Amino acid sequence: MTALQVIFLATAAMILFSAWMVVTRRNLVHAALYLVLTLFGVAVLFVLLEATFLAVVQVLIYIGAIAILMIFAIMLTRRVASDDTVVANHNAGWAAMLAVLVFSSLVIIMGAWSQFTTFASPLTRPGVPSNELGQEIVAELGQSLVDPDAYVIPFEVASVLLLAALIGAIVVAWQKDK
Amino acid sequence: MDENIALIIEWVLKAVILAFGLITGFAYTTYYERKLLARIQIRIGPNRAGPFGLLQPAADGIKLFFKEELIPAQAYKFIFVIAPILTMVPALVILAVIPWGESFELFGRQIALSMADINVGVLYILSVASISVYGIVLAGWSSNNKYAMMGGLRSTAQMISYELALGLSFVGPLMLAGSMSMLDIVRAQQETAWYIFYQPLGALIFYIAMLAEVNRAPFDMPEAEQELAAGFHTEYSGMKFALFTMGEYVKMIAVSVIFSTLFLGGFDGPAIDRFVLLGPLYLVLKVAACLFVMIWVRATLPRLRYDRLMAFGWKLLLPAALFNIFITAVLILLFDLG
Amino acid sequence: MIPLSWYLILAAGLFSVGLYGVLSRKNAVGILMGIELMLNAANINLVAFWRYVDSDSIAGQAFAIIVFAVAAAEVAVGLALVISVYRLRKTVAADEIDMLKW
Repeated sequence: MTALQVIFLATAAMILFSAWMVVTRRNLVHAALYLVLTLFGVAVLFVLLEATFLAVVQVLIYIGAIAILMIFAIMLTRRVASDDTVVANHNAGWAAMLAVLVFSSLVIIMGAWSQFTTFASPLTRPGVPSNELGQEIVAELGQSLVDPDAYVIPFEVASVLLLAALIGAIVVAWQKDK
Repeated sequence: MDENIALIIEWVLKAVILAFGLITGFAYTTYYERKLLARIQIRIGPNRAGPFGLLQPAADGIKLFFKEELIPAQAYKFIFVIAPILTMVPALVILAVIPWGESFELFGRQIALSMADINVGVLYILSVASISVYGIVLAGWSSNNKYAMMGGLRSTAQMISYELALGLSFVGPLMLAGSMSMLDIVRAQQETAWYIFYQPLGALIFYIAMLAEVNRAPFDMPEAEQELAAGFHTEYSGMKFALFTMGEYVKMIAVSVIFSTLFLGGFDGPAIDRFVLLGPLYLVLKVAACLFVMIWVRATLPRLRYDRLMAFGWKLLLPAALFNIFITAVLILLFDLG
Repeated sequence: MIPLSWYLILAAGLFSVGLYGVLSRKNAVGILMGIELMLNAANINLVAFWRYVDSDSIAGQAFAIIVFAVAAAEVAVGLALVISVYRLRKTVAADEIDMLKW
């Protein structure tokens, strides 16, 4: 067992444990804090996968914005989100069965794939020394998002989606003067 | 193997020096603030403990250390205890990516004057800053007190709103330097000029947003004494309260360091290429100047009303930051600066 | 060295836990949290596939960025809906929001 494997297994255990807590905790603020822990674990995985930029963005967007917005919403609706409400609805049994089914079929289907247990080859870019590799990949990512031959259309669609969501959120949550 | 051990020793030493420096800095920032506020209000300020009151921070520390710690009966204990730590830690680790100078040679080793020069340094700063909201909102929530809760909610809303403008005002220096590494940004400023000259609007937006980010006057809404009875830390006492104050002042120092690095040339200064060790000194001087302006603002301006504060952030500061990015991009293209 | 399968199994597990949360939670904010877990599982897969199978291009990371944008949009609209429903009905339990059902 190498150090990397130990780090991976510890992170994976933390992610799955806190994800389980997210879906089962009664107190929603606690659930949201476990969600933060899960998201942080995913950021650690991104570092292990040598996607530093995504790891930092994960912390910035998920932990710094999305999770805090959730905590905000929980506190604004706190009278009904308190400890004494029932956690699960009557579908819980079916949901658990379906989740187990999805998990096992995913593992079986992917297990049949020839590259399932492949190992990573070292990350390289032609003509770039290893200490500038991170910079180079971030630059490549940025350029591919605005390159007409790459992902400019998904990028623009995503920005329109964000704008629409922004306007939509304001319209939906607008409190008309009484 | 020897190389690895030397590297670990170097990191530990640098971390200890940085943390120790920040904590001393915190103690004397409180003194600096009290003295300066007193001068502005034609008072004398602390002058009893030690010569010129120089031992006042130590006296305050000892007092807080021996105070009784109260935990409210209805509080969520675990979160109540970790909330002050959550405000303190991000403030300390945020400075890991700041360069204090070029590297120099000592005992045959190249010693870099920064903890880590990572290639997404600017984003690292933003993401660590966004974590520090948690300490405040959780302190407010776990106290189970309506004033604390209101203070926590207000500060979350305020910090999220101003974080947008803060993040956007980072983009100007980033575009000019063409890099997200803090060291590259400082080097680019050494070659051209300090970015406060290229980015006056960006620097102003950054300064205003950073006042809001560290909850300083005139944006000290979360702890508005008169309306919220000190807001999120109403229920805290003793060392936990001291940790909140410490977090606040360390954050003040941290944002001043970031401002100096991005807009005031960082460790740049006269004769820096001959004497590398002047770098930290120049940076400290610039930080002291930034703190001076912060305290001056506090002594001069009254607190904004809450709705005006949100309107200012969203309707003026954010569009201005976007406009600044647009103008910067156009000028870089026109004059081929980037 | 970590084989690709570890990441894929972890992501499948995270996805299933999120799915269970979405289907079983009563509270609407809880359902949104389950969706976030599922999106994160998808992101782990995207980045793992990028690193192990296709690290010469940048496609996996670019897709992950798009997923971030979708997640942000989803949570903004979702929470606005939750708050608006809370104002009207004083409840955020998903099965009590049944105004259209007779």
